[in-house]
Amino acid sequence: MTAIIRLQREAFDAAAEVERMTLGRTDIGAVVTFTGLCRADENGEPIAALTLEHYPGMAEAEIARHVDEACARWPLLGVTVIHRYGRIAAGEVIVLVATASSHREAAFAAASFLMDYLKTRAPFWKQVETVAGTAWVKAKAADDAAAERWSAPLRQEH
Amino acid sequence: MKLLYFAWVRERLGKAEEQVEPPAGVATVAELMAWLARRDDQYAYAFENAKVIRAAIDHRHVRSDAAIAGAGEIAFFPPMTGG
Repeated sequence: MTAIIRLQREAFDAAAEVERMTLGRTDIGAVVTFTGLCRADENGEPIAALTLEHYPGMAEAEIARHVDEACARWPLLGVTVIHRYGRIAAGEVIVLVATASSHREAAFAAASFLMDYLKTRAPFWKQVETVAGTAWVKAKAADDAAAERWSAPLRQEH
Repeated sequence: MKLLYFAWVRERLGKAEEQVEPPAGVATVAELMAWLARRDDQYAYAFENAKVIRAAIDHRHVRSDAAIAGAGEIAFFPPMTGG
């Protein structure tokens, strides 16, 4: 299993990252990719850009824990998670989750699982830029519900 | 111990991190937030709705009843909005 986890300020080429997962491999039968992009609106309000704040150190650790859990749940042959931080203009890529397996079910499920947990457990915070100024994006109950459906044991400790 | 603040918690406090030595009676994350909130108006504002603030100890999510003894780094932040 090859896992690539990267946090970066710079834009990246999602197609090239996916190609890298399968290069020279003949055991992979399915790759599922999710690419998250910056929309030009938030709750109906036009926005120019997002700024993503993150917790360096914990963000990598938390994503790695979720990748480990995905690997324990499904027979994966590759996982790539790339998450940007800093200012991201409308239309640009924010996040890539790609999962590879021999068959599609595991790849679909693991990609969905990882995205649901990235939304609610990875320490990132989005701030939107509008003509009125900046505002923090509020967490959505629907995202919590999406993560809950995997009914994993709580990762709370102590 | 080192405290870190993110997003609007950081903005309300006007700082991203600091070093604190809470008194012996402050044993849990919730008690630490209550102790911080009593420091001054700025802390009171940042922690006025402590129930919504999440915490992590040494890079792991914890509940508000988690013990802070032995913690190297404690972070406070709003619910996460990544992805």
